[in-house]
Amino acid sequence: MVEITDVVCSLCGCVCDDIVLEVENNKVVKVKRGACSVGKSKLLGHERIKSPMIRENGELKECSYDEAIKKSAEILYKSRRPLLYGWSSTVCEADKVGVELTEDLGAVMDNTASVCHGPSVLAIQDVGLPSCTLGEVKNRADLVIYWGANPAQAHANHMKRYSYVSKGYWTAEGKKGKKLVVVDVRKTMTAKMADVFVQVEQGQDYPVFSALRAILQGHEDVVPDKVGGVPKEQLLELANMVKEAKFVMTFFGMGVTHTGARHNNIVNAIQFTRAAHLHTKASIMPLRGHYNVAGINQVCTWETGFPFAIEMARGYAWYNPGELSATDLLYRGDCDAAMIIASDPGAHFPGESLKHLAKIPVIQIDPYANPTTEFADVVIPVAVSGIEAEGNVYRMDNIPIRLRKILDTDYLPDEEILERILTEVRALREKEGE
Amino acid sequence: MEGMNVNLISGRTTVQGQNLDSKLTEKYFGEVARCDMNGSDMEKLGVAKDDNVKVTTAYGAVVVKAKQDDGNPEGLIFIPMGPWCNAVVSGDTHGAGMPSFKGIDAEIEKTEEEVLQVKELMRTYMG
Ligand code: SF4
Repeated sequence: MVEITDVVCSLCGCVCDDIVLEVENNKVVKVKRGACSVGKSKLLGHERIKSPMIRENGELKECSYDEAIKKSAEILYKSRRPLLYGWSSTVCEADKVGVELTEDLGAVMDNTASVCHGPSVLAIQDVGLPSCTLGEVKNRADLVIYWGANPAQAHANHMKRYSYVSKGYWTAEGKKGKKLVVVDVRKTMTAKMADVFVQVEQGQDYPVFSALRAILQGHEDVVPDKVGGVPKEQLLELANMVKEAKFVMTFFGMGVTHTGARHNNIVNAIQFTRAAHLHTKASIMPLRGHYNVAGINQVCTWETGFPFAIEMARGYAWYNPGELSATDLLYRGDCDAAMIIASDPGAHFPGESLKHLAKIPVIQIDPYANPTTEFADVVIPVAVSGIEAEGNVYRMDNIPIRLRKILDTDYLPDEEILERILTEVRALREKEGE
Repeated sequence: MEGMNVNLISGRTTVQGQNLDSKLTEKYFGEVARCDMNGSDMEKLGVAKDDNVKVTTAYGAVVVKAKQDDGNPEGLIFIPMGPWCNAVVSGDTHGAGMPSFKGIDAEIEKTEEEVLQVKELMRTYMG
């Protein structure tokens, strides 16, 4: 038995990096410290796809890596408009090859931001983001606001490591010296911990942000008695808490990106933070879901200029969320093949979009079988990044962290699979040109 | 009683997260193919815990298990993010790029129909 320290969890955007594991016979036998129950479940492992597979007469049949890679290259090369989607649960090194493959194929490349914080990205492009690192939150924030987010269940270590419960340089007393506000439509597990729970009517976040902005800017007279289901007295109380705090930190989740005014909700959340600047220090950050969704946005941006929903068919990068986002593309039936890597649209896309995925050839690259496997014509199992493969990822505050390799494996890493597909695609093109 | 008009939202849960990489298991099925609602809504529908309910929207219908959570205000139902909820979500983002995963007009009713397993649910998309 070997104890391994400083293991990095490759599950959610918290990217906890102080996990202690026990490994025996190339297996994680115990997660001793540092991981939440969700991270623990990942580290202890799940049933894997055993071999590469190709669908023949409706059945997936085992094959070699070479055959699966060749078949994938053929599908992509033949396709007139392939969609390459996912990219958030793998490392930046693989994502970089993904951009090269997209360029080579003239494909559409989209990542899971388009179904989580895509609207936040649009809002940030619109008005910027007064943000900071999680380290600063830990050391400075004395008022923590979670808006439309339930970290107690979705990012279970977040409060402990970085915000409400953590102890930092100017926050040595931990939660004793801090206040927690939760704004949500239902009383979640996180809301039950809050000093103040603000229950907003579903879809009414925008006017609530506006009312808070008005109060912070000295115009409380224009605020009616109730806004979005929230009584004016509570809005005044919240505004006062903001004014009195030394450092206000707002984290927001999919409660505001998935509904109502979408990116405009986030624009207003950012403007609320700006209004708080009239009185004190304040910062704001999206709670990113997958461990490297921030990383694929980084890679796409430095390689193409745009963070998601990109098309390379014109020979240069074209960006148009709403047209090129994977759900839209599939809903319109606007792609004729798909490669799904490190994500699971079968589980997380609207059924209406999946109807098209069922019609076109699909390549799946993933360590685990999932609903997307049902649509796949080629299945390529890979090493689990952060357990069997190393590489760089970006935490939700855009801090790069290196994932470690803990276990040996015969599975190939994403990066190598993608490189080999790219080589095969180029070989097909050369052959045709002869 | 007949169906009731409700507002449907989705979101993450701990057990859903624990089974992100094991979605074909009973554990995932038990957690995600369910619908949380206020006790008084359950009473109005005449359903008890683990009774089957059918949720219908303009985009589809899905059968899930009922579960009480009084954290939900009356008229607001929650289905954990995943295949069952997405069976009734629209693919049309109206150019915004983000589907409405929350705030969906829905009707909910008690049903004797079975909850589909994940593979059966995926097969319904293969026309
Ligand atoms: S909070 Fe996220 S990164 Fe940290 S251990 Fe849990 S799942 Fe892993």
